[in-house]
Parts: sequence; structure tokens; C-alpha cells
Amino acid sequence: MRNHKKPSFTWRNIIESRLFFPLIALFLILLFDFIFVPGFFNIENRDGNLYGSLIDIFRNGSTVMLLAIGMTLVIATGGVDLSVGAVMAIAASVAGILMNPSALRNEVFFVTDPTYTFQPLWVVIGTALVVSIICGLWNGVLVAYMRIQPMVATLILMIAGRGIAQLITNGLRVQITYRPYAYIGQGWIILPFSLYLVAFVYALTWLLTRKTAIGMFIESVGINFRSSFFSGIDEKKIKLLVYTFCGLCAGIAGLVASSNIRTSDANNIGLTTELDAILAVVIGGGSMAGGRFSLLASMVGALVMQAITQSMYARGVPAFALQAIKALVVVFVILLFSEQVRGFIRGLSTKKKEV
Amino acid sequence: MSETNANILVMEGVSKAFPGVQALDNVDFTLRRGEIHCLVGENGAGKSTLIKVLTGVDQPDAGMIILDGNEIHSRSPQHAQTLGISTVYQEINLCPNLTVAENILLGREPRKWNGIDWVRMNAEAGEILKRVLDVDIDVTKLLGTYTVAIQQMVAIARALDITSAKILILDEPTSSLDEHEVQQLFKVMRKLREDGVGIIFITHFIGQVYEISDRITVLRNGLLIGTFDTSSLQRVELIAKMIGRSLDDLDEMSKIKLESSKHIRTEALLKADGLGRAGSISPFDLELHAGEVVGLAGLLGSGRTETANLLFGIDKPDTGSITYEGVEVTEYTPLASIKRGVALLPEDRKAEGVVDDLTVRENIVLAMQANNGWFNYLSVQEQYAIADKYIEILQIATPSPDQPVKNLSGGNQQKVILARWLATNPHLLILDEPTRGIDVGTKAEIQKLVLSLADEGKSCVFISSELEEVLRTSHRIIVLREREKVAEFSGEVDENTIIHAIAGSEA
Repeated sequence: MRNHKKPSFTWRNIIESRLFFPLIALFLILLFDFIFVPGFFNIENRDGNLYGSLIDIFRNGSTVMLLAIGMTLVIATGGVDLSVGAVMAIAASVAGILMNPSALRNEVFFVTDPTYTFQPLWVVIGTALVVSIICGLWNGVLVAYMRIQPMVATLILMIAGRGIAQLITNGLRVQITYRPYAYIGQGWIILPFSLYLVAFVYALTWLLTRKTAIGMFIESVGINFRSSFFSGIDEKKIKLLVYTFCGLCAGIAGLVASSNIRTSDANNIGLTTELDAILAVVIGGGSMAGGRFSLLASMVGALVMQAITQSMYARGVPAFALQAIKALVVVFVILLFSEQVRGFIRGLSTKKKEV
Repeated sequence: MSETNANILVMEGVSKAFPGVQALDNVDFTLRRGEIHCLVGENGAGKSTLIKVLTGVDQPDAGMIILDGNEIHSRSPQHAQTLGISTVYQEINLCPNLTVAENILLGREPRKWNGIDWVRMNAEAGEILKRVLDVDIDVTKLLGTYTVAIQQMVAIARALDITSAKILILDEPTSSLDEHEVQQLFKVMRKLREDGVGIIFITHFIGQVYEISDRITVLRNGLLIGTFDTSSLQRVELIAKMIGRSLDDLDEMSKIKLESSKHIRTEALLKADGLGRAGSISPFDLELHAGEVVGLAGLLGSGRTETANLLFGIDKPDTGSITYEGVEVTEYTPLASIKRGVALLPEDRKAEGVVDDLTVRENIVLAMQANNGWFNYLSVQEQYAIADKYIEILQIATPSPDQPVKNLSGGNQQKVILARWLATNPHLLILDEPTRGIDVGTKAEIQKLVLSLADEGKSCVFISSELEEVLRTSHRIIVLREREKVAEFSGEVDENTIIHAIAGSEA
């Protein structure tokens, strides 16, 4: 048997790597912070726990990172899931109402007791995640078995989902005071607890896709589902799986988000985060047409998104200008991926050589 | 007109390298005014690269191209077209969702004050088709509603009409045409030849080379083997030049076939009773035996592929049943078929075969892994071992198993798909047009492989448009016509008998 070495780390390999451009983008943003934001890189040690702007990028980015993990797989099959923001809201509402059911009696009940909860924590989390899995299954069935275009299929839940979330909470915002639940988004073990959660989901997904055949099947279905079908791959089951998994990721993200603000706010939790998640994948070099995917590159993509937001806050950019500036940076990063622009840059460098 | 002017195109010392391959090495090529010049060679010989350099898809590393006495550098196919070089590709580059007329006149629509003059446009398009190709169809219907053959005709009509072409390149235009349509095309080609157009014709059908061409240029592995007058080069010589080896192989094959026919088992491996699907294929009975090659013959659209798809579970039958190894089949899906030991090499390599962004290794293990399931994952080492094994056995030309399969030539892609199925160790292998668009050398290899698989006790179904090939490889031949099984022949059969069965005329 021939010996298959891993490709060596030549300059060319590095440039062709999917991580190259997202990392460059992240580096540039951090460089900007280094120059223009004094103290951005300061990390404070409080009782053994680390705090600072850098840590905040990770902590505030954890919901988008969680969403991006599921979204990466969905996009790899050539689909898209617009409903993740709504699923976040549903999961948060389910969790909120199970801890503080006062909203069902149509009263806003301010619990002040940090040890009070209606149901034990495992029931709260378990039910919320099961509900988000059902949401994902719904999307999966529509896309895989009913052959509805992914954008249309998930748009249904994107719109209906928020309504469902409001029905669950009876249209009210539910206060969450139960301290163990607050730990999900606000706890700290040297680093923020939510980061460990991201790391766990990431590792699990990596194992599931790269140490089983599922990753290859997802890519195969995304590149050419008909060839995959002819090769015996059950492409419907693969699609059902990724949408369900994406729902689960959204559910976890919903728990983190609601824990963070200690409120189940059906109207605002996860609002427009589906777009952040999609952009994270795209910045990570994922093709919307499906195919090869890299979880790590999507994670970097999510960090790029969050780093932009964080830097703008640190610079004191008013919130209303944030979206516009974010858009500019995203356009810049995505242009780096365009074959046209890359060809142009390559052309410049070869011309230099000729001279 | 001076003597040198007889050459409309001269290419001198053209070289082109791709990473890992010298696709063209110092190749000369001349095309005369009013000649039909065949460009032949195996896959990877450099035919496509030569055309790409000529039409500006790729830029040559060295060499020059002189068109009509002036040196040219075509920058893009559009640019080449303005220079007078028109190309019709094997794959149709038209819009199936537009009408035939729109396709022909796209970008050059006749106008009136408030937009496109539809009446004139349809009339013009119909006129062009009638005049250039002698085809009379409703040009207001969507292109996609017509057969591939008609779509090809429309592509040719568009290419011919778009500029006053000095050179027309036809890249395997006949691979999806039936005999009548081929003759129509040839008629057009002869007419253009009289008009002084130089035609470069690429085909894998040797018979067509001799029927139509004036001269032949043979390429092999990026090198020019030579340019010959068609009338002075015998077929056997031509094939020997193309594949660079003698044709004893073919004699050897009939020996293998005779030898292997002794091993055919009498009990059926697969038995189809009244199997059929409305709108696809009328109910038919079929028995397949271990150690036997069964050929399916018939014209394009006669139901060959539909039969294969039913047997493999791509489509579900609405009548009849399949019994496999004595057990009635209940689940009609590709995966269930793979689990039974059935494999299908699909007709459309690009759409149904390769997964083009995956590597050669991943493409080879795909069906095997599908059979193993999601969690019983072949380790990367095992995958390399399997890929290496089949790259070796089938002589797949690839720089490495990690090469995306889209970078391979058509013939090698086909071998990768073949490897995918051999890796599942099937008992029944259905091959739907395994040699389409593949060079003579690989064709012979695949045919031999089919016979040796039968010899090992596997059952094969061999589908091909080339009757000669079906005759050469099959122990038994089934003829389909108009989506119906019409005849079955075993033993030595005369080619004419089958042609008559296919045509539906009395022998």
C-alpha cells in the first residue's frame, strides 16, 4: 500500500485552506481593536475567573456559535434553516414557563426567590430541548419528505415559531430567577460556562460527522443528491437528521440566551440570529449550494461576526449604526471569497512577477 | 487563392500543462478550408485541451495559432466566436426553460418599437432550423420538452447561425443521436464543407470517422501521433495508433466469452415476472443467471435505462414482482438492492454517477459505506487501501486518491464509478452505457472486465447503444423497442437479425 502523507504546510496550502480568509478577517478586526481600543486585550482575573473584552467576544458569541454548528450541516446539504431564531424563542418560552408558570394565570409574578422553580432543572432543560428537536423534525419532514424548498419550508416555522412561543408564555415576558438556570449563560469556571457548552456541542458534532460516515454523506448529498441516491445513500434520512440536529442546536442556544437575560422574551430572543448564523457559515467559506463543510471555519466565522459587534460597542459606535457597519465588514469578508476577486488578486501578483 | 491559403487554421508547437499532467506536448494541427477533420484519441489524449486552447477556454503555454493567415490569441469562447470559431459541445449549453426560437436567437432577437418581434422571431428560428438542419419542429415549444437529440440540433443551429463561422468544432455531437439524426447532421456537415467551412469533428464512433471525414489527426497522451488521409488509413491501423497496442485483445475477448459461457448457472439469480411501470416500461419477464452477461439492445428511449432503474430500485414497479435468489423482493430502493448484492452503473455519469467535489477515494467507498450504514465507518486507512486497490486494478489515472473526481477525464471518472460498485462486491452488476463517451482503449478494458466478472460467477446486464459492443460481450441479448421487450436471442446471433428486431421490420 502506498503511503499517504498529510499535505505539507506550504504557503500555497495555507492560502487555499478554508480557514485562511476567516482567520485573516478575525486578525484584522482584532488588529483594529489593538490600535484603536485601549484596554481591549486586557484580561482581568476576578476570584480565579477571567473577564475582559476578548472573553466577551466568546461569551456573547456562544449563541451564534451554537447556531452555526447546526447551520453548517444544513447548508452543507444545500439547504438553509431560517427558523433557528424562532426555535430559540420557543425553547426559551418552554423553559421559562416550566420554571415560572405565573404567566399562564395571566399575571406577571415577580419571583424573587433564586431557589424557586416550578419543575426541576432537568425537566426544564429536557422538555425545552425535546420541543426544539420536534421543531427541527418538522422542518426536516417538510424539506426531505415533502420536497418543499428549504427556504420556504423553514420560513413557515420562522414566522409561526414566534407566535407559538408567545402562546406558550401567554403573550407575556417570563422572569427567570432560578439561579441554577442562570448559570447556563452567566456561570463562570475560569471561562464562561456557555463556552464549555459550545465546546461540548462542537466536539460531539465533530465526532458525529467525522468519525462516522455521516459527514461524508452530508457532503455527498449536498454536492449531488441524485448520485448519492444512486449510490444507496438515504438522502431523505440525512436531511431529516441535519434539520433535526439544527433544531436541537437552536434549542440549546435559546436556553443560553434566555439564561443570559434572565427572561423568556418570545418577541426578542434570537431575533435575526438566523441571519447571523448563516453569515457565520458563509464567512467560514461554506457554499450556499451545499457541499464541503468545515465546522471550525464556521466557528471562526461566528467569532468574526461577534468581534465586529464587540469592537463597535467598544469604540462607542451607537447601536443604530451598528448593523450598517457590520454589513460593510461582512461584504468585505465575503468579497475575499469571491472567485472574481481572488482571480484579480492572483492576476496582480503574477503581473508583479513578470515585471 | 495561393496554396498556403488552403489551410484555414494552423496550430504550431502547442503545449499546455496542468498540475501533474502535460496535457499537450508540442502538438501541430492544420485544418483546410472545406474539410471535415476528425480528432481522435483516448480519453486524456489531449483532444479537449486542444479544443480549449483553440477556443480560448485555456491559454497555451507555448505555440501559436494562425487563423486565416493571422496569428490569433483567443481570450474566451465569446472572443473565439467573433474570430469565426464556433463550437458545439457534447453537453448542451442551452436553456431548457426557454422556447426553441428563444434559444436559437438569444441575444439577437428581432425587435420592433415596443420590444421583441415574436412573430418574426419564431418565423426566423423555424426558417434557420429548416434551412440549416432540415429539421421541422414547433419552435414555440420549450426546448426542454424535446429529446436530447433535438436539443443537440438546436445547439448546432445556434452555433452555425450566430456568426459566419470559418471553423465549426463539433465535440462529440453524435453521442446522443440516433442513426437517422446522425445522417441529418452529416448532411449538414457535408453542405458546410461545400461552403468552405473547416470542420473539426470529435467522436468516439470509429464508423462515423470513416463515413464523414477527409483527414484524421490522432493524439495520444498529449502527443501528436500523426495526421492521415482517411482513405489511406485502415480501421485496424487507426485503432492501433489510438490505443498504442495491438488488437489481439479483441480476439482474446471472444475466447474469454466462449470459455465463460460454460459456467452459466441454470437457476435464476434474479427473476422478474410481469415487472412494469406505467409511462416507463411495459410489463416484461426476465431471468438473469450467475455467470452470464445479458445485453439490452435498443434505440435511445426504447426503455433500456427504465428497465435497469426498475431492477435496481431507482423506480418502483406498479405491476409484477422481482424474485432474487428465490425470495420475493419487497423493498424497492437502491440501498435495499445494494444489500442484496445488486449494483447499477448509471447512464448519466455526471448527474447520477460522480459526486464531483468529493475525492476519488470518497467516491470509490461511497456505495460500500452506504451499505455499511452511518456508524460502521470505514477508517481513513481502510478507505485508502480500497481506493488504492481499485486505482491499481482499473488503472485509474489520477495523481492521488485525494484528487477531487471532477479533475479526472471522463473515462477515468467512469472507472471510479465502476470501482465504487466493484467495492460492494455485487452478485449482479447492471451497466447502463458503461462505455459512453469513453475512448477505444478503456472501452475494450471495460468489456473485458465485464466478461471476467461473469467468469467469476457474477451476473451482468450490459446496456449499450453500440450493437457491436453488445454482441461482443453478451451471452444473451434482449431487444427493447418503444418501451417494450420485443425479442430475446441467445447463442451466436447475426447482427442483422438484431438490427431488424430493433427496427421492428421483418428479417
